[in-house]
Amino acid sequence: MNLHAIRAIYLFEMARTWRTLMQSIASPVISTSLYFVVFGSAIGSRMVEIDGISYGAFIIPGLIMLMLLNESISNASFGIYMPKFSGTIYEVLSAPVSYVEVVLGYVGAAASKSIILGLLILATSRLFVDFGIEHPFAMLFFLVLTAVTFSLFGFIIGIWADGFEKLQIIPMMIVTPLTFLGGTFYSVNMLPPFWQTVTLFNPVVYLISGFRWSFYGVADVNVAVSLGMTVMFMLLCLATIWWIFKTGYRLKS
Amino acid sequence: MSPIISMQQLNKTYDSGFQALKDVNLEIRRGEIFALLGPNGAGKTTLISVICGIVNPTAGTVLADGHDIVRDFRAARSTIGLVPQELSTDAFETVWATVTFSRGLFGKPKNPAYVEKVLRDLSLWDKRKEKIIALSGGMKRRVMIAKALAHEPRILFLDEPTAGVDVELRRDMWEMVRGLRENGVTIILTTHYIEEAEEMADRVGVINRGEIVLVENKHTLMEKLGRKELRLQLSEPLSAVPESLAPMSLTLSADGHELVYSFDARHEHGDIAGLLRRLGELGIEFRDLRTRESSLEEIFVDLVHNGTPGGTDTPQPAAGDSQ
Repeated sequence: MNLHAIRAIYLFEMARTWRTLMQSIASPVISTSLYFVVFGSAIGSRMVEIDGISYGAFIIPGLIMLMLLNESISNASFGIYMPKFSGTIYEVLSAPVSYVEVVLGYVGAAASKSIILGLLILATSRLFVDFGIEHPFAMLFFLVLTAVTFSLFGFIIGIWADGFEKLQIIPMMIVTPLTFLGGTFYSVNMLPPFWQTVTLFNPVVYLISGFRWSFYGVADVNVAVSLGMTVMFMLLCLATIWWIFKTGYRLKS
Repeated sequence: MSPIISMQQLNKTYDSGFQALKDVNLEIRRGEIFALLGPNGAGKTTLISVICGIVNPTAGTVLADGHDIVRDFRAARSTIGLVPQELSTDAFETVWATVTFSRGLFGKPKNPAYVEKVLRDLSLWDKRKEKIIALSGGMKRRVMIAKALAHEPRILFLDEPTAGVDVELRRDMWEMVRGLRENGVTIILTTHYIEEAEEMADRVGVINRGEIVLVENKHTLMEKLGRKELRLQLSEPLSAVPESLAPMSLTLSADGHELVYSFDARHEHGDIAGLLRRLGELGIEFRDLRTRESSLEEIFVDLVHNGTPGGTDTPQPAAGDSQ
């Protein structure tokens, strides 16, 4: 294992975060805080409780998950796309590193950034809403698992993308709508039976449900199913990345 | 001594069907400067990219310092440094950060003293805290070299190292390359500048349409395949080459003041003595004479475009090292 290489890639990617602190950290924290102000404090004060939880507190797991998915995908896809775009990918391809080490470096850094952001938003939300965390270790586990899984997904997008438009299209056109329709702002049980069934095809439902369970002990779907679906998606991403490096898809001629 | 790089039956066919490399067999000797010449699209960059792991070969094997580049890629790649043709850099990183990154990427522990030495050798020490985007093209090229040297490679590939740099910087780079060779680094460079190969290389390889056309010691190549000319400045102009000198391959300048005798350098000195004797017999006097050898560029153009070296009927040497 080339630990020096993993460390080099990881630190290099993290350095980009510290260099662009406003864009990387401050911007997502501020925009998520606005959701708390608008939906949590302003509108939330006029909403009824859901499953015995105040509306402001109910949306916290969903909002953190919304940010976590977007940031994980964005960080990882940008991290691997930029060397392709600038041409510096030649150095990674010619270095004595295996694909496992490349993935650990890039995905590790992207997931780290998302986790830091998730924890920052969690802390920020306490300024607006009073809430407790029933299963803190499970919450951390879901946070890390989701960050890693969607960083892997972002890594795939970054390799697949051959332009900035493609880099944005999946997060904007697929992930964000799925997150909004995945129970961020409402419980799936509030939907008519037909749409409840349709919603179960949305993978983000399982992420938000599991994460919300770790906060309040209530979930739209069984927590084991949530965990199983997330792990399954992670394995799918790993298999895709293995295939990418095996074939050199969009990396090697 | 075993070669530091050995290629056997190396082939590369792209998905488009274009065959960039055809049965390349080539050996690079330890400690030499090897210049790979060829026109655009000849396969130079593909060859380097295959050896460095950037492009997958279709068939064939490559050993770098005895290590197979596919089966034993870690050991093979650890020995190689690459300076690509394009100026591909992380624009917003500092010089120090990007060079340190390269060292770590190639599995080497931190060594600030070594990185400092590389930067000083390349006149980059004063720029170490500057972002790459703020550097000139020549300085960026130096950064690329510093990155390639950061992990102390034994083999250095320079793909068009002086493309687009000014004459002064080009001379500096030549000096640097010689210095690296003195430290035991084997250097393989591709270039369009024949004078670069002529100035620096120990051996020259010519690739055309994916095939190695020739590999030869530079001096031997020029001696064997080059043309020589003897130019005589005549005291009195001639209207035509005298009949008795016709078999000697002479040409007369338009104004009749210069007689040019061209001969194959392989035939040692041609028949200069015979020519001068005959001129004396014919009463043709000259006030000056000079000789010139054909340059590597002329040899290269002949090889690539005419298929024969030196524009003669010389049989084309077989692929691979003819030494």
